[in-house]
Amino acid sequence: MRNQRNPLVYLTLLVSLVLSIFPLYWLFVVATRSNDVVGQFPPPLVPGGNLGENIQRLFGPEAEEAHFARGLLNSAIASVCVTISVVFFSSLAGFAFAKLRFRGRNALLISVLATMMVPVQMGIVPLYMVMVKLGWQNHLQAIIVPFLVSAFGVFLMRQYAERAIPDELIEAARLDGCTTFGLFIRVVAPALRPGAAVLGLFTFMGTWNEFLWPLAVMEADNPTVQFSLSQLATQYYTDYTLMFTGTLIATVPLLLVFILFGRQLISGIMDGAVRS
Amino acid sequence: MRPSRWSRFDLHGSPYLFIAPFFLLFTAFGLFPLLYTAWVSLRSWDLTGDAGFVGLDNYSRLLGDPDFWNALVNTLGLLVLATVPQLLLALIVAALLNRPLRALLLFRLGVLAPIVTSVAAVAIVFGQLYGRDTGLVNGLLGLVGVSPIDWQASKLTSWIAVSSMVNWRWTGYNALIYLAAMQAIPRDLYEAAQIDGAGAIRQFRNITVPLIRPALIFTVVMSIIGGMQLFTEPLLFGQGDVSGGSLRQFQTIAMFMFEQSFQNFDYGYGSAVAWMIFLLTVLVGVINLLIGRRLRGGTQ
Repeated sequence: MRNQRNPLVYLTLLVSLVLSIFPLYWLFVVATRSNDVVGQFPPPLVPGGNLGENIQRLFGPEAEEAHFARGLLNSAIASVCVTISVVFFSSLAGFAFAKLRFRGRNALLISVLATMMVPVQMGIVPLYMVMVKLGWQNHLQAIIVPFLVSAFGVFLMRQYAERAIPDELIEAARLDGCTTFGLFIRVVAPALRPGAAVLGLFTFMGTWNEFLWPLAVMEADNPTVQFSLSQLATQYYTDYTLMFTGTLIATVPLLLVFILFGRQLISGIMDGAVRS
Repeated sequence: MRPSRWSRFDLHGSPYLFIAPFFLLFTAFGLFPLLYTAWVSLRSWDLTGDAGFVGLDNYSRLLGDPDFWNALVNTLGLLVLATVPQLLLALIVAALLNRPLRALLLFRLGVLAPIVTSVAAVAIVFGQLYGRDTGLVNGLLGLVGVSPIDWQASKLTSWIAVSSMVNWRWTGYNALIYLAAMQAIPRDLYEAAQIDGAGAIRQFRNITVPLIRPALIFTVVMSIIGGMQLFTEPLLFGQGDVSGGSLRQFQTIAMFMFEQSFQNFDYGYGSAVAWMIFLLTVLVGVINLLIGRRLRGGTQ
């Protein structure tokens, strides 16, 4: 552990870095070029000037079967709604589990933990039937309402509230005559903000990237962004620049989030790991 | 007396109100579908409607269905190819990041970048990289004299291509989890080992690995759960075909479930597949836990 300046360490890390960045860079390069570069070897490694034209094609009549603009809009709405709801309800329940006394608390908490282990995706067949009953197939609420809460979120916020909120703070607020909900809004929510930010980031990314369920419940004319991508990949699979431009645009919002909040994401993952 | 009764309700009732939304919504859209799946799996139910209770017929049909066994073999093969290299690489990267480095944040962000890429995006980019005539991978292999490989054509090549997508996306994430566990190890353990003359490799094997075991188990279990549900990568690798290639060479059990439920509209049979996936996931998880316990018994 002593040889800190070992060049081999930097070399290995550099190789890992290149391997993990290259596919993203390649995505960008192809999206900025025209279809004649595909199959060229050696491949072009610098971006070209066709990005604007490719974006026009993506949103134009040529790719209308992918309904890309619609997909972006649907995913944006769903991701925002799900994120707000998951963060709010998880904070509320996490706070209750961490700091309030009530009968059955431990048993209920264990049941939350147990539900984390259950792969909810396996219930998609009946969930689909429920959607049919409700008449929600191909409606936006079908990809929002089933995901408004998350067991993982409750667990995460409980862990966070346990550490972030001193009991004295709660007692003091109670003595001041705060109701429990007032306490939550005025004292607890501000203290939970860093944990809530991490949960929000993960939830947003997860909803934006969700694939299997939208594919099952939505139709091609009203897709999510990932569904649109799969349409591009299946209907236009010979048109690589079109596919790659769509993929780039679908990835950019998350890359922005990543660049802005990367530090928090890293600490969120690492915090979770220490405690698990 | 009204304020005090109100405040007593607030004190005792509020906690339940706070957790109620989670339990109500989870019961409606998480638990109920899962239990309902079990019920549907015992019935003959297709597009024409529910034709009644058939007991375990769907399950026995499943056990005799070569396409199911094929999908199971594919899933397990992909699971091994996608988990083992991923976790080993993550361990190496974490060990390297766990030292004073220049540009540490850059490296951490760099290895984590794949996680923000959606599975669909990964599948599209890698699908192109593995293209037979136009892909970069074949281009690179051509440089060392390997003739172009049709990556979709055989089991092994398609498994390699699909598992590399999973490996790429998750290695950095797991590396960060290991790194966090490594940073919690007290420094003086290493100093003591150094005084005893243990080299870097031995320190890694005798101190680091045993002390990060909880993180190791966590990542293995998560990888298994993810691997048993593998769907999007192979689906898009095969241009959206749920049968996973002309000979089903890379159809996973999740794709098989989707095919039965949403392409053949055989809801009863599809539900039986879903429960089988669930049971198999639990089984593989338990086996893994037992092996982990056995290993721990061995080293102590």
